[in-house]
Amino acid sequence: MAERFRVAVVGSGPAGLSAAAQAAERGISHVLIERTDHLSDTIYKYQKGKFVMGHPEVLPLRSPLSFGAGQRETVLDTWSQGIAKLKTNVRHNAEMTGIAGAKGAFRIALKSGETVEAEHVVLSIGLQGNIRTLGVPGQERPWVQYQLDDPKEYDGETIVVVGAGDAGIENAIGLSDQNSVIIINLGDEFVRSKPANNAAILKAIADGRIECFYKTSVARVEDDGIVVKTPDGEAHVKCDRVIARLGADPPRKLVEACGVTFPSQDRAALPELSPSYESNVPGLYIIGALAGYPLIKQAMNQGYEVIETILGNPVEPADEPLLRKKFEGLGPDVTVDQIIQTIQANVPVLSGLTTLQLREFMLDSKVHFPTKGTVIFQRNDFTSSFYSIVEGAVAVQFDPADPSKQVVLGTGQFVGEMSLISGRRRTATVVAHERSVLIETPRRSMIKLVNSVASVRRALDEAAMARQIQTHLSPSSTTADLAEVVASAKIAKYSRGDVLFREGDKGDGVHLIRSGSVMVSRQIGGRDIVLSYVAAGNYIGEMSPMTEALRSATVRAAVATETVVLESSAFMGLLSRSPELRKRVETQFQDRLMSNVRMENRPESGNIIQFLIEQGVGEATDVLLIDESLCVRCDNCEKACAETHGGTSRLNREAGPTYATVHVPTSCRHCEHPHCMADCPPDAIHRSPNGEVFIADNCIGCGNCQRNCPYGVIQMAGETAPKPGLLSWLLFGSGPGPGQDKRPKAGKKAEGRKVAVKCDMCKDIAGGPACVRSCPTGAAIRVKPEEFLVIASRKG
Amino acid sequence: MNQSILVYRGFRYLKVAIALSLIASLFYVFHQPMQRPNGGTWLGYGLGSIGAGLIVWLMWFGIRKRRYGGGRAMVEEWLSAHVYLGLSLIVVATLHSGFKFGWNVHTLAYVLMMTVIGSGIFGVYAYVRYPTLMTENQRGATLEMMMGQMSDLDRECRAAAMGLGDDIARLVLAASQETCIGGSVWRQLRGTDPSCPTHSALVGVHTRAAAAPGDHAVALRRLVTLLQRKDDLVGRARRDVQIKALLDIWLYIHVPLSFALLAALIAHIVAVFFYW
Repeated sequence: MAERFRVAVVGSGPAGLSAAAQAAERGISHVLIERTDHLSDTIYKYQKGKFVMGHPEVLPLRSPLSFGAGQRETVLDTWSQGIAKLKTNVRHNAEMTGIAGAKGAFRIALKSGETVEAEHVVLSIGLQGNIRTLGVPGQERPWVQYQLDDPKEYDGETIVVVGAGDAGIENAIGLSDQNSVIIINLGDEFVRSKPANNAAILKAIADGRIECFYKTSVARVEDDGIVVKTPDGEAHVKCDRVIARLGADPPRKLVEACGVTFPSQDRAALPELSPSYESNVPGLYIIGALAGYPLIKQAMNQGYEVIETILGNPVEPADEPLLRKKFEGLGPDVTVDQIIQTIQANVPVLSGLTTLQLREFMLDSKVHFPTKGTVIFQRNDFTSSFYSIVEGAVAVQFDPADPSKQVVLGTGQFVGEMSLISGRRRTATVVAHERSVLIETPRRSMIKLVNSVASVRRALDEAAMARQIQTHLSPSSTTADLAEVVASAKIAKYSRGDVLFREGDKGDGVHLIRSGSVMVSRQIGGRDIVLSYVAAGNYIGEMSPMTEALRSATVRAAVATETVVLESSAFMGLLSRSPELRKRVETQFQDRLMSNVRMENRPESGNIIQFLIEQGVGEATDVLLIDESLCVRCDNCEKACAETHGGTSRLNREAGPTYATVHVPTSCRHCEHPHCMADCPPDAIHRSPNGEVFIADNCIGCGNCQRNCPYGVIQMAGETAPKPGLLSWLLFGSGPGPGQDKRPKAGKKAEGRKVAVKCDMCKDIAGGPACVRSCPTGAAIRVKPEEFLVIASRKG
Repeated sequence: MNQSILVYRGFRYLKVAIALSLIASLFYVFHQPMQRPNGGTWLGYGLGSIGAGLIVWLMWFGIRKRRYGGGRAMVEEWLSAHVYLGLSLIVVATLHSGFKFGWNVHTLAYVLMMTVIGSGIFGVYAYVRYPTLMTENQRGATLEMMMGQMSDLDRECRAAAMGLGDDIARLVLAASQETCIGGSVWRQLRGTDPSCPTHSALVGVHTRAAAAPGDHAVALRRLVTLLQRKDDLVGRARRDVQIKALLDIWLYIHVPLSFALLAALIAHIVAVFFYW
């Protein structure tokens, strides 16, 4: 007879711990099921001494367990003590493999074959997933491990590393300094790894520092080593230790197997939940990171709320007071629920959201109550938030020369989607047309929404396409004029390096680049010569329809790119109806012909463009370049950066590639769609109106941005001690002096607390970037992609 | 866009410097003092004040350069002005002296000033000439990367030298352990090492190859190739260190001597006013 509880909590992360503790506090029968022999495995695996942060600070904590920002050890100890004090029923080493049954009688299957019965289930297994094991006989031996904290711990051993991904390669190389290492690769190449790791492991193998078994798998583990299956048969490998790095199974499959549905196939999609975190399976609740709440405090609050809900006590969500404050401007009598309902009714793009999603969405958003004439955003601002019109109307002034030319958008419509999509400056000024209620949503929340709710994506895409055509191609045309073009237009997506069309192809349409950028090249004398670089907001491919000839050049995506493809005949139709547009397109056509001839005669310029694009500069909005024919290697740029940014230089002058004398140092490029922003738990990375991508003070030091940046420009740095003044250094020799000793020792207080730092383009310093301003020879300059052609033709 | 300090803003400070020098010269030519021209006339005092002001302002560059993030003008603009106005000091200070020199503190200040300016002229030459040479020599590798490649080559050389006899092993070991890049100022500036162990090993292995037993031929060929590669790399690394040293060395004269100049200048002014 299986045990039966009122509540079973699966997973002992912050959410699950808090739920189990609350159940213990309320005295209901419960069990906390944890896969490992310790609590909170994700935080347990943080490196020793890591500082855990307590954001968001505005949110009050509601949990029987206490939690405050502090070192990993302190946080874990506090929780363990709390759990023990409340006599929480924890079942360790119990891995859930599936949940069957229904409310009142769930059956939770464990890996050991046992079953736990419970009336309600709280699922809080996080997003880390289950680490894949070898799955062979003998794998339970203690020297078979799935993690490596510090490769220096091992010395003089023979170690077999299983797995050819980045983790396996990094472990193997780290261990090879002090140990004899063998790496087992199921395939015959290291294809799943980053290029740098791939090169490093191949070199280590070529140098004989690491031995590699290709096309090999592990058959079994024996007392003194392992038996592997190679293409030539089985072989016995003697070793002291096996480290298997085989990746993890994402939890989605497991969750789906429990009957929970997800709204889309998108990898980032989260399960649909009710306002009380109940999934589509009644009685099965999902909280924590798996429910889309990655922050510890949010997760702990949910643990409390979910238990109270199960007990039948109505709980005001922790966000209620925050939302009430947001809506203050609407008057005292309106409740949060009413407003949420109004938004759902009035704004079609948001109506597909669940109440819970909408509440969270509103928590991230700002509510504005502009009066007639208030500017919402200005043309050329570098903001990327999205505005939904709940009530009232706004006017879009698309012609910078004549503000009276405007389009009015009313209740239920939205503005600001173009910069959201392109990652570039605002293309129009928007002012309130009457007293209105607007919701301003930051880019990140909007992207999260677009990725998980298909209806939002569709609504946005359709509206955006028409507006993009009008803005970038034909601002003077009326909507009716454009109807034919819009109707036949499609959105096309390209990965970096994909070909939009090839020289000699039949022309099938004109591409309007709505995000990303492309590179134009032509075969000359058997070589591909780059002719130009075209950024988002421009069109390409008009030559072929206009001349009715074959494509005259090849166009490739320089970065991930999206274009609106206009059908040739519709495009030509539009030209014939609008002589003004025809004239503009013709002028542009001739400019391009002239530029192409110039570039064909100077292939070196094209090579520089190609070099810059290969360095990923194509997705930059502002990049630091150094002219090495002027650079005297004084490192004053680095010193200035460190001195103006708390002692840590955010650029590395020497690192990075060089072509001819153009050097791309390791420094932030302020990408159109910053990779660093993709996964920031406290949403600390922002773009300022002038375009600088910066990390705000609420960084929790998780290091996600550092890992996500493909250009290696983000570092984790502690605070540094202040330096003595310039004169006391000069006159009394007190040090370290200006520009010396880039990182003086951190003060005791600051120890262990590291946050992510990167270039903020000196947005808070009058006069602009310190690196450029302190370069004594004018070698360092900051460049926008539009200026590449000029640089290339000067240098080429 | 990039612009060298020499052409900065269409030679703005060259024009200022030329104007200053011309005006000073014109005054000097048309000035008819009671005795032969010297620093004690009204023109002498005028030129002296301008010169002293210029010296203090030129030295302020050192402060401005270290005020990271401060100041309105870019450091590049300061340097462009520093170079041209520093050169104009030759005219201003020489005219101030009225071509009167002797064994005294006044002439000491003048000589120090000219030495500082001379080292500065070398600095300008270095800044114009060496950066491109450095890039060409580096071929995309930093000194650190070159050192890494060298230690990789060393390991391969030692592996290749196994079984080729003690004589060759000694040469290869010396090449990997005793080759040094940089070192004293003199070694850095020289950029070559006539007794370079890597080069000696290359020559040594090459000459011994002819006499070696036939079954060593393959290994010896490989070793010669590796040593030749390292020899090239060592040459490039030394050249890199040499260029960096040339870019820096003049500052070790320019800066301390400018402080000596400041002291001599103060002594000169005090002497003029108290003991003339």
